[in-house]
Amino acid sequence: MTLALEMHGITKRFPGVVANDHVDFQLGVGEIHALLGENGAGKTTLMHILYGLSRPDEGKLVVHGIPVQFASPGDAMAHGIGMVHQHFMLVPVLTVMENIILGQEVTRWGPFLDLRQAAQHIRQLAAQYHLAINPQALIQDLPVGLRQRVELLKALYRQATILILDEPTAVLTPAEVEHLFDTLTALAQHGTSIIFITHKLREVFHIAHRITVLRRGRVVGTLLPAETTEAQLAALMVGDARLTHVVKQPRAISGEGVLHVRDVHVLDDRGTPAVAGVSLTVHAGEILGIAGVQGNGQTELVEALAGLRHPTAGSITLHGVDVTRATPRQLAEGGVAHIPEDRHKHGMVEPYSIADNLVLNTYHHQPFARRMVRHSAAIAAHAARLMHAFDVRAPHPATQASSLSGGNQQKMVIARECSRPLTLLIAAQPTRGLDVGATAFIHQHLVQQREQGCAVLLVSADLDEILTLSDRIAVMYHGKVLAIVADHEASRETLGQLLAGVATA
Amino acid sequence: MRQFDWTAGIMPFLAVGVALLLGAGLIWASGASVLEAYGGVFAGMCGSWHALGETGVAATPYILAGLAVALSFRGGLFNIGAEGQLYLGALGAVVVGYTVGGLPIWLHLPLALAVGALGGALWGAIPGVLKARLGTHEVINTIMMNYIALKLLDYLVKHMLRDPTASVDRTPAILATATLPHLFGPSTRLHAGFLVALAAVVFVAWLLDKTTLGFEIRTVGTNPAAAQYAGMPVARTLVCTMALSGMLAGLAGAVEILGLYHMLPAAFSTGYGFDAIAVALLARSRPIGVLPAALLWGGLRNGAGLMQVRTGVSIDLINVIQALVLVCLAADQLFQALLRRHVGGPLLAWREKPPA
Repeated sequence: MTLALEMHGITKRFPGVVANDHVDFQLGVGEIHALLGENGAGKTTLMHILYGLSRPDEGKLVVHGIPVQFASPGDAMAHGIGMVHQHFMLVPVLTVMENIILGQEVTRWGPFLDLRQAAQHIRQLAAQYHLAINPQALIQDLPVGLRQRVELLKALYRQATILILDEPTAVLTPAEVEHLFDTLTALAQHGTSIIFITHKLREVFHIAHRITVLRRGRVVGTLLPAETTEAQLAALMVGDARLTHVVKQPRAISGEGVLHVRDVHVLDDRGTPAVAGVSLTVHAGEILGIAGVQGNGQTELVEALAGLRHPTAGSITLHGVDVTRATPRQLAEGGVAHIPEDRHKHGMVEPYSIADNLVLNTYHHQPFARRMVRHSAAIAAHAARLMHAFDVRAPHPATQASSLSGGNQQKMVIARECSRPLTLLIAAQPTRGLDVGATAFIHQHLVQQREQGCAVLLVSADLDEILTLSDRIAVMYHGKVLAIVADHEASRETLGQLLAGVATA
Repeated sequence: MRQFDWTAGIMPFLAVGVALLLGAGLIWASGASVLEAYGGVFAGMCGSWHALGETGVAATPYILAGLAVALSFRGGLFNIGAEGQLYLGALGAVVVGYTVGGLPIWLHLPLALAVGALGGALWGAIPGVLKARLGTHEVINTIMMNYIALKLLDYLVKHMLRDPTASVDRTPAILATATLPHLFGPSTRLHAGFLVALAAVVFVAWLLDKTTLGFEIRTVGTNPAAAQYAGMPVARTLVCTMALSGMLAGLAGAVEILGLYHMLPAAFSTGYGFDAIAVALLARSRPIGVLPAALLWGGLRNGAGLMQVRTGVSIDLINVIQALVLVCLAADQLFQALLRRHVGGPLLAWREKPPA
C-alpha cells in the first residue's frame, strides 16, 4: 500500500494534559481510515496538528513521502489536505459557488471573476462524485446534509487528496449518512485518502478499511473491521487496565433509597428525545455507576437531576420529596452536590480567584456574607482550608482559577461540592482528561463519600472507572437504561456488549 | 494558561496617546500650531479654578451615565439605553422639583433625586424583564426605549408640563428647595451633583466587589452557565443589573436638571447616554476607571472652546479625537498583538487551547 500520510511519534501537551502521546498513524492512498475515540481522547488535537491549526511538541509528519511542517491551514491545503469541520465553515448569505471558490477565485482580465468557468468546474466535480447541487443556491436555504456536501466540494475544488472528516455523521439523518458513505466510497475508489473521525461504533464497520482507536491521547490499537467486533472496539475505547488501586470496603447493608428516578424523559438542546424513560434508585452508602458511550443521554440525565434541564415526563424524588422541577439552589440546599461534566462551562468561573470559585454556590450564606455584604476574610480562610484538605496546588487562594492545571481545577470543583453536608453526590466524568495522580485522588474521595453514607451517582465513559468504583452498574444506550447489574456480576465482556447496544443482558 | 493581562491594562492610555498623536497630525495639516492648540485645550480643561470647575460640571453626567453602562457591561449586558433612562431621570426630577412645594431642602432635594433615579431604573428594568422572561435582546429593546423616552418627553414638555408663561417650550423652573447647591459659591457652576457622582463611583465599586448582588452580577456577566449551575437567580440578576444601570443613568439626568438646567426644555437631547458607552469602554468597565475617563471626556469637551478661541481650530477636532480613542480601543486586539510581538516576546502559545 502506498502511503498518503504518515504521523510518527506525535506528542502535544497542554497545561496539565497530554492530548497526544507519541501517536503513530498511517493513511494509505485510497484508504478510508476511521479514527475512533471518546471525547477528549485526542482525536481533534491530532487532526488540528495535521491541518496546521496546532503545532506538535514532538514527532514528525510525512505527506506523500515528503516530511512537512505546517504553520497554518494554508500550508496543509497546499499539500492537498482538506478538512470538513464538524461545525461548517460556510458563509450563509453567499451562494454555493461563492462559498466554494472563496479564497481560490478564478479571474480573467485582471480582477474580474470568471464565474462561468468556476460554475463549470463545480458542475463537473459534482457530476464526477455524484454530489448533485445547485451552485446558485444560498447556503442559508440548504439543509444540513447539503451544506456538508458543499464542504466536501470545497475540499475537492482545492484538489484535496487527503480528506479529514470530523464527526461528519453527527448532524445527519440516516438517509443523508447513507448517501455520504456512498460518496466517500466513490472518492476513495478515485484515490482520495480519507480520515473519518467518529465515536459511533456502528459506522466504522460500514465505511472504514482500517480502524485506529485513541484513548487518553494514545493509540490503543489499529484493527481491520473484519477482525474485530463492536464489543471489542467499545472496550478499547473506554478502558484498559488501570494503574491506580482504590481501597473500597465491601458494602455492608443496603441503605435507604435516597434518589428515586421514575420513567424520566428529557429532551436535548435540539429538542429531540435524549433520555427516553429512565428509572433508577440510588441508595445511601452506594456508588451507582452509569456506563455508556458518550452521547447516549447521560449528559441530559445528569442535567435533569441537577436542576439544569426540566424533564418532559416522569418524576425525580429526593428522600421522598418531589424535586422534578427543583432549581439548582434548592437541590444544593437539600444536600445534593454536582460535579459537572464540563468544568469550564459549568464548574467554574475561570477569571475568578480560587477563593471565589470555592463559594460559587454558598456565597450568600454565613459566614461568607452577612446580609448582602461579602466577608472576604472568611472566604479566604475557607479557601485556604479547602485547598489544604483537597490538595489544590496553587500559591494562594487569590490565584486565578484559569491558571491552574486541569487536575487542580477539578480538585477545586470537588472541594467546593464535597465540603457541605451531602446526601447525594452526582459526579459526571469526574476524571476525564486528568493525570493518574489527580484521578486516584478523586476516586478515593468518591469512595470516602460513599463510606460516609452519601449516595453517589457516577456517570463515566471510562469502563475501568465504573468497574473499580461502582457497587451497581447501569448501562445507558440510546437514552435508555439497558440493565442494572451488581459489580460482581459485571464483566468487561458483558458490559462491552451492553455499551454497544448488542445485548440486553 | 491565561495570557498576561498587562497589555490590556495599558490599553486605555495607549488609545488616548495614539488619538492625541493623530489629532496633532490633523492640527498640523490644517496649518495651526499643535502646541498652541493643545495648550488651549489644556488651559480650558484645567488651567484655572474656573476651568477645573467647568470640567467637573461637564464630567458629572459622564461619570453617572458611564457608571450605568460600565455596570451593565460587567453584568454581560449591553445597555445602549442610558440616553432614554437619562431622560426619564430628568423628567422625574423636574416634576418633583417644581410641583412638590413646602418641603425643606434636605427632604425635597433627595426626593427629587430619588424619583429621577427611580424613573431611570424603571425604564432600564423593562428591557431587563423582557430579556429575562422572553430572551429578547437588550440592545434592540434599549434602543427602542430611547425613542419612546425622547418622544414621551417631547410630548409632555410641549403639552401637559408646559410652562404657560414661558415663550419657549419648557417646564416651569424647579423650586429653590430642589436645587443642587453650588459647591464654591456663584463663582463657578460646579454643583453638588459632582459629589453625587463621586459617591456613585464608590457605591458601584463597593456593590460589585463587596456584595452578594455584585458577585451575582459579575458571575452572570462572565459565565452565565456557571451562574445557573451554582444556583444563582440568573433572571433576577439580569433584571437587577438593568434596573441599577437605569438608576445610575436616571441619576445623571436628574443631576443635570437639578444642578444645571433648573427646568426641563423640550428636545432635551444631550447625547450623554451615548458618550457614556465610550467612557465605559475607556474605563474598561471598572467603576474607579470611570472617574478619570469621564473627567478626560468632559475636560476635552470643556477645553475645546478655548482651543478654538486661541488658534481657530474647530471644536469639532475634539469629536475627532474622541472618535479616534474609540477606534483605538476597538482595535485593541491588534494593538495587543503588536505589543506582544515586539515587547512581550514570542507568546504564540497562549492562543492555542485544547479543543473543547
